[in-house]
Amino acid sequence: MIAFIVRRVLQSVFVLLIMSLLVFVGIYAIGNPVDILINPEATQAERAATIVAFGLDKPMWVQYGLFLQSAVAGDLGRSFAYSTPALTLIAQRLPATLELAVVAMLVSILLGVPLGLWAGLRRDGFAGRTIMSLSILGFSLPTFWVGLMLIMLFSVNLGWLPSSGRGQTVEWLGIPLSFLTLDGLKHLVLPALNLSLFNIALVIRLTHSGTQEAMLQDYVKFARAKGLASRRIIGVHVLKNILIPIVTVIALQFGALIAFAIVTESIFAWPGIGKLIIDSIRVLDRPVVVAYLLLTVTLFIVINLIVDVLYSVLDPRVRLSDARG
Amino acid sequence: MTEAPAVTPTDIETPFRRFLRSYLASKVAVFGLVLLALVLFAAIAGPFLAPQNPYDLKVLDVMDSRLAPGGVSGDGKMTFLLGSDEQGRDMVSAILYGIRTSVLVGVVSTAIALVIGLSLGLWAAYLGGRFDGFVMRLVDIQLSFPPILIALILLALTGPGLGKIIVALVAVKWAYYARSARSIALVERRKEYIEAATCLGLSTNRIIFKHLLPNCLTPLLAVTALQVASAITLEATLSFLGLGLPPTEPSLGLLISNGSQYLMSGKYWISVFPGVALLVVVVAINLVADQLRDVLNPRLQTQ
Repeated sequence: MIAFIVRRVLQSVFVLLIMSLLVFVGIYAIGNPVDILINPEATQAERAATIVAFGLDKPMWVQYGLFLQSAVAGDLGRSFAYSTPALTLIAQRLPATLELAVVAMLVSILLGVPLGLWAGLRRDGFAGRTIMSLSILGFSLPTFWVGLMLIMLFSVNLGWLPSSGRGQTVEWLGIPLSFLTLDGLKHLVLPALNLSLFNIALVIRLTHSGTQEAMLQDYVKFARAKGLASRRIIGVHVLKNILIPIVTVIALQFGALIAFAIVTESIFAWPGIGKLIIDSIRVLDRPVVVAYLLLTVTLFIVINLIVDVLYSVLDPRVRLSDARG
Repeated sequence: MTEAPAVTPTDIETPFRRFLRSYLASKVAVFGLVLLALVLFAAIAGPFLAPQNPYDLKVLDVMDSRLAPGGVSGDGKMTFLLGSDEQGRDMVSAILYGIRTSVLVGVVSTAIALVIGLSLGLWAAYLGGRFDGFVMRLVDIQLSFPPILIALILLALTGPGLGKIIVALVAVKWAYYARSARSIALVERRKEYIEAATCLGLSTNRIIFKHLLPNCLTPLLAVTALQVASAITLEATLSFLGLGLPPTEPSLGLLISNGSQYLMSGKYWISVFPGVALLVVVVAINLVADQLRDVLNPRLQTQ
């Protein structure tokens, strides 16, 4: 057990190192940082002094070592565009993204589970078929285009909902939140719906197949025989059993939501880290790009590590298959 | 033997005919196939079908910019069936060229990713041991990140470009093929024909590519078809974000992105119609792929 966790942790550190090397080589070595850091009118002596000051005269692996050293110390450089530390910039934008991702996750469960349940119970009915066809559409529609269509319909044509920004925010424990004000809530509806589209379809499919399987189980027959109302059978017994796998899958999707928020935030001008990275790539703000990529990769590695360890605790077969493979 | 009923050649159902019959059994799938044929026709014959070359600046007139669908150009020579964009470009022509680029990127990147993933997957399954462990660890690690993040990392390093987006899509997609090919090949390699080939003393590569490969291709077909659609969507998304294709090589994603700034002023056609085209491409491929998966899956066959 401990050997497994140690091996997984080591593997994660290794992946992170490879990623940091890739990002470092790609961003700092392919382009010449000297051109960006030094005023073109500087004299030759000034140039040489700056190169030494930034350590650019040292061999590549020493530079990488220094980069890693400051990265571990929490210094990933200053943004060229905002001239604040890149990490501070990301920390300021992170709550907006997390809020959007959490709300999108809730929306996908609150909409997906009832719809999937309905479709699963009325498999051959009109409603069931319609829901399942719509869920296929949810998988094949390009998310960014749906976002634009949502803006066109609800913001431009109907004028019901705003199409950009976070709206009014309220500070809670020093973190600005949108969902505590009516205005913020209105701003949240379209981006959250757009971001959760794929997951709604996913939850519908999972609930649909889960319901169909559960309805044939003995405990449902037994509950029926006991004379329970079908509302109670479905609402308590069936739901409790099918929710476990659904919640697991959706929790695993959380990282993907944060990654995909890049698209949604760009469409709805939501001031989170996804919009920040796209803006930074456009203006070649390298320190922010590096910081974002390293942080997101770390986040994913940590999520995967937690999931793997949890699985191995809950299901001993996972460890066995890992040892064999 | 002579009592056997006479079998005329037309009664014998070849595997291809059986495949065709079960494919055509679904009306939705036939619709998807027709749609896909139209899309491919548009992609191949696009430049001949388009009323104008939308990237030839000589034929564009800024005076014709942002005309509503059905609008007529200033010199009265041209009717913009689906309107025009901010540079006076006919949307029908722009969409036809866009479909061409999107399909090209999707097909080329899928083909390259398939060759790489398939080879690695087959080698991994056949050789086993350390090589297998290494390749599959790599696949596991890569699949634990969302595709859009990996493509974003690569494109942030390289910048936009036709070749670069294809490289990014290949880097994202090869792992899916490697995993599928390996799982299929693991079953196949235990069969007798592989044993026979080994006994004949054939070289490893010959066994893998002449004997194992053809038997693994059919189940991979449906996976591949689905991945083309997913590659096209991913390319459109990245181009929409300004990371994919440069404005000189417009794909559908870029057209949608160009139109998005005019959406607020009610000029919907610049974004909506390229989006509908993208949807048609993706849905056509998905419908065909779905049916292929059902038809080619031996577990679902009734006979």
